Amino acid sequence: MPLITYRKALNDALAEEIIRDENVVIMGEEVAQYNGAYKVTEGLWERFGDKRVVDTPISEAGFIGMGVGASMLGIRPVMELMFWSFAYVAWDQIINNAGQVRYMSGGLINCPIVIRGPANGGTNVGATHSHTPENFIANTPGLKVVCPATAYDAKGLMKTAIRDNDPVCVMENTLLYGESWEVPEEEYLIPLGVADIKRAGTDISLIAHGRAVITALKAAEILAAEHGINAEVVDLRSIRPLDEEAILRSVSKTHRAVLVDENKPFCGVSAQIAATIQEQIFDELDAPVQRVCSLDAPAIYSPELEKIQLPTPDRVIEKALLIC
Amino acid sequence: MTSATDDDVAVDPADFAQARINASLNPQQKIHFLKEMLRIRRFEQTALKYYNQGLMGGFLHLYIGQESVAVGTVSLMGKNDHIITAYRDHGHALAVGMGMDECMAELFGKATGCSRGKGGSMHYFAPDKNYWGGHGIVGGQTPLGLGLAYALKYQNKKGAALCFMGDGAVNQGAYHESLNLAALWKLPVVYIIENNKYSMGTTLERSSAMRNCLAERADGYGIVWDIANGEDLYEVRAKTDSAMRRAHEHSLPTVLEIDTYRYYGHSVADANAKKYRSPDEIERYKNHHDPIRLWRKRLVEEGVITEEKIEAIDDKVKEEASKAAQFAIDSPFPAPESIFEDVYWEVDKQTDAGMTGRHFFGD
Ligand SMILES: Cc1ncc(C[n+]2csc(CCOP(=O)(O)OP(=O)(O)O)c2C)c(N)n1
Ligand SMILES: [Mg+2]
Repeated sequence: MPLITYRKALNDALAEEIIRDENVVIMGEEVAQYNGAYKVTEGLWERFGDKRVVDTPISEAGFIGMGVGASMLGIRPVMELMFWSFAYVAWDQIINNAGQVRYMSGGLINCPIVIRGPANGGTNVGATHSHTPENFIANTPGLKVVCPATAYDAKGLMKTAIRDNDPVCVMENTLLYGESWEVPEEEYLIPLGVADIKRAGTDISLIAHGRAVITALKAAEILAAEHGINAEVVDLRSIRPLDEEAILRSVSKTHRAVLVDENKPFCGVSAQIAATIQEQIFDELDAPVQRVCSLDAPAIYSPELEKIQLPTPDRVIEKALLIC
Repeated sequence: MTSATDDDVAVDPADFAQARINASLNPQQKIHFLKEMLRIRRFEQTALKYYNQGLMGGFLHLYIGQESVAVGTVSLMGKNDHIITAYRDHGHALAVGMGMDECMAELFGKATGCSRGKGGSMHYFAPDKNYWGGHGIVGGQTPLGLGLAYALKYQNKKGAALCFMGDGAVNQGAYHESLNLAALWKLPVVYIIENNKYSMGTTLERSSAMRNCLAERADGYGIVWDIANGEDLYEVRAKTDSAMRRAHEHSLPTVLEIDTYRYYGHSVADANAKKYRSPDEIERYKNHHDPIRLWRKRLVEEGVITEEKIEAIDDKVKEEASKAAQFAIDSPFPAPESIFEDVYWEVDKQTDAGMTGRHFFGD
């Protein structure tokens, strides 16, 4: 299988869907002529032209809302937010319009829109540019949210998101764009709501999404090599819909869990997972569920300190050793 | 149209040196403006060097080419005048009197930085100098500028809020809402659009619908507007003065669009900096429209200073910049515990409110 970058995997997914469905339109700031601020849309404007790949002014509320409206009439807009942090300018359009219109219309309307872009800390761009709003989106019934951790998942989830008939938020990661993974040449889709076991194990479950999966995998290697602990790494991939079965199956097998989450702890994704585990399989637990989240403060700029603000393999190992 | 400098009719529009506010300048003041512009340029060139060595994180948006705007406008600020800008904020910061040391240390993420290493390049602050940031979200500062004006009026202070923004920021809804409020409630805000022709890689024409210029949109709100040529410090001062007097005397807003140009990419990471505009264009601005070059020439022609003395000033400024870099390098990083400081006022001060209930969560 060819090794391709996370960025290229997304790019391929977009290109394939543009070709497959004439209603797919890519839109956002600098996505066309500039090739994308992070080059995810590189070459698409040249290949597919002005109608399919559209540069917008810096008017997130306007163009995201426009995408929601167009999707009601059957367009399949794939809207890029240069950073998910800028979604807050368009919050009303995402939460109130994309998120609620189906319900309020008694099911008469649906919004097949995709809103995508990077949502991560770790690049020293400061508090305004480092938000991870997957928990906010997941807190809104009506919206879906996925956080791919690898190129393979990014491509498969993006293609499914575009074909999905509900609004799907795809949260990518600038630190992963340049990383490579094996991706098959033939077409494939990954359903929303299906987790993936990234490493099978027996002693403890490390449950994560997005780049935290990579952190968990590193921790698992060290746990195996240095502590004789065989950790299973569960990649949620999709936050809402959530693969509860996979979580419960893994923890029922290992009886211990550390949740690794680049979200902030309060009402973060891991808080929901912890609640699910104790509600449904309390008796399976041999120890309290542990969490490793981003340290609970706005994202600090200082490069030296931001390194420790996000979950690290060391912090995961520390928590794992506490309960193993 | 509501444009024009209504109370500056006596001025020959071609020569803003004659404007009231400029005619009264003494040689020391004129030399000071030159020095301030040179400080911005040398500071940023020094920062760029260390950024490229990997000693800074995140983005670095350089102001080089636009120095006359910050220096000209800020030179008019009095005790009750306030300023707020976007992420391209180093020039305004130095112009209001922030030290190179604390500005440089912030870029290095050090505890001695103006924001204690927490904000970085885009988030400088110095409320003691009436400088309210440094804002990373495009257009996000435009209602805040309005708020500064509101507070001034509420407190019966004769002041103005200078709110800077780029030519791309004018398309944010928050700015339009702010214009309506400014006109409706007669607030003493001056919106200064620093039109450097590009928002990242997008030209003005590809991002903004307008009749003749961006400032003219103010017409729709009945707000007085004007445009200025940013390469001429005299013109920047004359037109900003009119706007600030409108704020001071009549508590009315103004939109002032200042034509300018950035020589570097959008940020240092802008890989396409020479693709969306021609190298010729950049060279043309550097050679024929550079505000520092033009001001130097003007001062020499006016007999205010000699080239040798300018060189001496420049040498001093360069030394100030390299000392600032050394200061930054020698400074400590913030302590890990400081991650949780500066989040809540009540917690920092350990008040009863700050010690009641749990404020921070984690593992
Ligand atoms: C809400 C929001 N959208 C997008 C961005 C990304 N971004 C940062 S600066 C910029 C271009 C702004 O251009 P302009 O307003 O002309 O200011 P200049 O950079 O030229 O000073 C963009 C798109 C952002 N920071 N905030
Ligand atoms: Mg601009």
